[in-house]
Amino acid sequence: LSYVAGLGWFLALAFPPLAPRTYMSENAMGSTMVEEQFLFGERALSYSREFAGHKKKAGGMPVAWLEKTLWNLGLEVHRQPFSRTLPFPDETRERYMVKGTNVYGILRAPRAASTEALVLSVPCSEGPHNNQAVGLMLALASYFRGQIYWAKDIIFLVNEHDLLGMEAWLEAYHDVNVTEVQSSGTLGRAGAIQAAISLELSSDVVTSFDVAVEGLNGQLPNLDLLNLFHAFCQKNGLLCTIQGKLQRSDWDSLPAYAHSLQTLLLMVLAQASGQPRGDHGLFLRYRIEAITLRGINSFRQYKYDMTTVGKTLEGMFRKLNNLLERLHQSYFFYLLPSLSRFVSIGVYMPAFGFLILVLVLKISFWAVGSGWGPFPSPWHPPPAGAAGLTVGFPQESQPGLLVLVPPLLICHATGLALYFLPVLGQRMATQHFPVSESEAVVLTVIAIYVAGMALPHNTHRVLAGGGSDRGWMALKLLALLYLAVQLGCLALLNFSLGFLLAATMVPAAAAVQPTGPKVLLAALLVLATPAVTLLLGIFLQRELVEAPAAAAEGWQLFLAAVGEGLLQHHLYGSFLFPFLALGAYPCWLLLWNVLFWK
Amino acid sequence: MAAPLVLVILVAVTVRAVLYRSSLAAFISERVEVASPLNAWKRVVEGLALLDLGVSPYSGAIFHETPLIIYLFHFLIEYAELVFMITDVLTAVALYLAIQDFNKVVFKKQKLLIELDKYAPDVAELIQTPMEMHYIPLKVALFYLLNPYTVMSCVAKSTCAINNTVIAFFILATIKGSAFLSAVFLALATYQSLYPLTLFAPALLYLLQRQFIPIKLKSKSFWLYTMQYAALYLCSLVVIICLSFFLLNSWDFIPSVYGFILSVPDLTPNIGLFWYFFAEMFEHFSLFFVCVFQINVFFYTIPLAIKLKEHPVFFMFVQIAIISIFKSYPTVGDIALYMAFLPVWSHLYRFLRNIFILSCVLIVCSLLFPVLWHLWIYAGSANSNFYYAITLTFNIGQILLISDYFYAFLRREYYLTHGLHLTRQDGTEAMLVLK
Repeated sequence: LSYVAGLGWFLALAFPPLAPRTYMSENAMGSTMVEEQFLFGERALSYSREFAGHKKKAGGMPVAWLEKTLWNLGLEVHRQPFSRTLPFPDETRERYMVKGTNVYGILRAPRAASTEALVLSVPCSEGPHNNQAVGLMLALASYFRGQIYWAKDIIFLVNEHDLLGMEAWLEAYHDVNVTEVQSSGTLGRAGAIQAAISLELSSDVVTSFDVAVEGLNGQLPNLDLLNLFHAFCQKNGLLCTIQGKLQRSDWDSLPAYAHSLQTLLLMVLAQASGQPRGDHGLFLRYRIEAITLRGINSFRQYKYDMTTVGKTLEGMFRKLNNLLERLHQSYFFYLLPSLSRFVSIGVYMPAFGFLILVLVLKISFWAVGSGWGPFPSPWHPPPAGAAGLTVGFPQESQPGLLVLVPPLLICHATGLALYFLPVLGQRMATQHFPVSESEAVVLTVIAIYVAGMALPHNTHRVLAGGGSDRGWMALKLLALLYLAVQLGCLALLNFSLGFLLAATMVPAAAAVQPTGPKVLLAALLVLATPAVTLLLGIFLQRELVEAPAAAAEGWQLFLAAVGEGLLQHHLYGSFLFPFLALGAYPCWLLLWNVLFWK
Repeated sequence: MAAPLVLVILVAVTVRAVLYRSSLAAFISERVEVASPLNAWKRVVEGLALLDLGVSPYSGAIFHETPLIIYLFHFLIEYAELVFMITDVLTAVALYLAIQDFNKVVFKKQKLLIELDKYAPDVAELIQTPMEMHYIPLKVALFYLLNPYTVMSCVAKSTCAINNTVIAFFILATIKGSAFLSAVFLALATYQSLYPLTLFAPALLYLLQRQFIPIKLKSKSFWLYTMQYAALYLCSLVVIICLSFFLLNSWDFIPSVYGFILSVPDLTPNIGLFWYFFAEMFEHFSLFFVCVFQINVFFYTIPLAIKLKEHPVFFMFVQIAIISIFKSYPTVGDIALYMAFLPVWSHLYRFLRNIFILSCVLIVCSLLFPVLWHLWIYAGSANSNFYYAITLTFNIGQILLISDYFYAFLRREYYLTHGLHLTRQDGTEAMLVLK
C-alpha cells in the first residue's frame, strides 16, 4: 500500500498545486532590467562562415586562426593541448587515443581585480556542427570587449572533443588531476568561476532553445540560473524548451498533465543516467553553476536570428555580472515538470519516503518476527518460557550468522569482478573471440552479470545446516537493510536514480522468499535487477520522446549504454557504474540467494 | 585457541595491506571522520619535516602530537605502514589476553558466589557458562581487527591506533594485576591524549579488588594502596614528560598538545559534538562552554565509580566509551576500541532493549557521513547543518547504546541477587546515572 502511495505521489508531482511557479530568489538578478544592445548578428554569421572554412581546411580545430581572431579582438589568448587514452575504444564517437587543443580568451574586467569569472564555452565538434555557436561567441566577445561595465572576467572557451576537452580544461584551470588526462597546465587564469554557459548552435536561425540542466552524476545547477534563462527568453520572445518539450499554456487539462508528466519522467531518466547532458555537466563538479543552451531549428513558423540569440546571451551575462556572491539562494534539488514550474525536494522526497517505508516496515516486522528485535518490555521480568528460548538463542545464532558470511563474500566478489574484469580482460577477450575491444568489454560485463546469477545455487550448500529457516531469514533481513541503506544514501545524491531503483527493486525485495511460487518470484526478481531496469529505462525514454524503439534496436542501445556507462566512469568519474557493480548488484544477488536458499 | 587468532590476524593484515596499495588509501586518509587535527598522518609528516630542519615541530600551528610519537616516527618513518599494522595487531593480542584473563576471573567469582549462595535460586540461566565464554576473547580480537573503523583508521595512518595500543596494554596490565605496569601505561595513555586520566579510577578499583582490599573510606590499607598507585602513576607521568622535555629541550609541546586538546581551537568538522557548537557560538561565551564540555567528559567518573565499584572492568568499558563520545577530537578509531569490548558483554544480550535499532542507526550514520560531506563540500547543495545533524544522530546512537548496556548490566546484577521472578516492578534506580 505504501508502495502504491509512493508511486502515486510521484505521479501527482506533475500537478500544478504541487509544483509552484519558479521565481528568482537572488536579489542581484531580481528583475530583467538590463537593456541589451547587441546588434551584431550578421557579424556572428560571417565569423561562423570564416570559422567553418578554416575548420575544413585544418581538418579539425583551426587553433591558429582562433588564436589570431581572439587576439585581434583584444583578448588574452591561451591554448591548452591535452591528450587522453581511453580505457577502451569508444565506438559511437570513434575515438581511442584523443589529442586535442582547447583555446580560450580572457576578457579582463575593467571594473574589478580578476577575482571572479564567467565562462562562455562552445564545443568545437567534428563536421559542420556548431560553427554558428563559435561565430556567435566571437561576435559576443568583440561586443563585450567594447563595454565598460564588466566586473567579472569573461572567459571565451572553445573546447575540442566536447566533454574530454572540457574535463581537461577544468582540471588544468583548477590545477587538479582527478582523471588521467595529460595536459599542459593552463597558462592564464581568471578568478574563481561563478557561472558558465555552454552554447550549441548549428543553424543560422533558430526556432527555439532547448536547455539541458542535468550534469555529471545527476547534479543540477542552481535553479536561479535556469530562471534567468527563462526570464530572458520570455523577454525576447524566444521559445524555450526543456527535455525537448515545449511548455503548454493550459494547466488544468488532462493532456497538459500528461505532457508535464512526460517532461518530468524524461528529466528523471536523464538525471538517473548520471550522464552529463551537455558540456556544462562537468562544471557542476567544481561548484560552478552551469547550463547548456542548444539552438533547435525545426519546422516552426517563427525563426529568430542571431541578434536575438545574442541579445539573450548578453542579457544573461550582464545579469550574472551583477552577482555579488555565488548563486546560493534558490534550490539545488528540484525536478522540472516544465520550464516555469518546479518540484522542490520537500515535495518529492515523500514519494521516495513511502517506497523506503515498505522496506523499513518489512525490516521491523522481520526483526520482531525472527526474534532479533526488542525483547519483552523491560519493566516486566520475562516469563520463564521465553527466557529459555532466548537463552537458547545464542548457540542457535552462531551458525546462523556464520552462514551469512559466504554469500556476502561471494556476492561482493562478483561485484568486484564485474567492476574490474571488463577493462582488464579486454585484451584477452579480443585474442580469443572475434570481437572488437569495446564489444569485448560490454559483453564481459553482461557475461559476468549473468554468471553471477548462476552462482548462488551452490553457495550455501557448502556449509552444513545452511538450509535452515533462520539462515534465509537473517540473510533476507540483511539484504533488506543493505538495500534500504543504499537507496537512502543514493536518493540524497541523485534522487532520480534512487527513486527508479527503489521503484523497481522494492516490491521484489519485499516479496522474495524461498517458499511459495518460485518461478513467479524469480521472474519478478529478474525484472527488478538493475540491468533490466536500465533496459526498461531505455525503452521508456524512447517512448517518451515519441520514437519507440524496436526490440533489436533497444538491445543495441542497451549495449551502447553499458559501454557508455563504463566510459563515463573511467573518463569523468561518474559513479553510476561502480555503484551498480559494487552496491546494487551484490545486494540484488543477496536477494537472489534468498530465493534459492533451499 | 591460538590458531584462529593467527588466522584473524592474517586476514586483518591482508586487508590492510591491500587497502594500502589501493587508491582508496588517499581517500580514506582525507576523511575528517578518520583523521582529526590531533592525529592526522599528514600533520605527523609535517612535524617530522620541521624536526628534520632543526625547527621545533610545534612552531607551526599544524603539529599536535606528543614528542615521543614524533621521535618514534623519526626512526620508523620508512616503515610507517608496518608500524600501524603492528600496533593494530598488538592491540588485538593485548585485548585477547586481557579478556581471556578477565573471563577466568569472572568465572572464579561466579563459582565462589554460587557456592556462597549469594545468588537467587532461579537464576541458573543467567549464569555464564565456560562454553559461552570460550570464544569471547577471539571475538574481541575479531571485533577490533576487522572492524571497518579500525581498518580505516589504520589505513589512514591515524595515530589514534597507537593510543589504542597503549590503552589496550594498560588494560592488559591492570587485569594481570601488575600495578606498576598498569600505572606506566596509564601514564603513557594520559600523556598521549589526556582523557585516559579518567581510567585511573577503574584501574584502581580493579587492583584493589584483586588485592582483596575492601573499598572503605575509613580503612587504612585502602588509602595506602591508593596512594601507592597514584604515586606510581604520577611518577611515571613526570618521567615521561621530562623525557619529552629533554628530547626537544623546550616546553612547547605542553600548550601545543594539551592546550590544543582542552581549548579546542581547531573547529574542523569531525564526528564529535564540539565543532559545530563552537563555530556557531559568540567568542566571549566560548571559554565558559569549553569548560562545560570538558568537565562533561570527566564528570561521569565519580557517579560511575560509586555505582560500579564492584565491576571495574565494565566501568572501564563505559569510561572508554564516554571518552570516545565526548572528547574534543574524536575519530572512528576511538569508537573501534570500545566496540571491541561489546562481545565481552554478550551475556547482557537478553536485557538490551533496542540493540538492533541502535546498530542500524550507527551503520546508517556512518554511511551518511561521506554522502552528506560530499553534498556539503563538493556539490555545494547542502550545508553544515546536514552534516551536523548526522553527527548528532551518530552520537546519540552511541550514547543510547552505552546506556542500554549500562542499564542491562545493572538489571542483570539485580536479577542475579534477587531472582528472576519478582512480583514488584523494579530497576528504576538504574536510570539515574546516564542521561
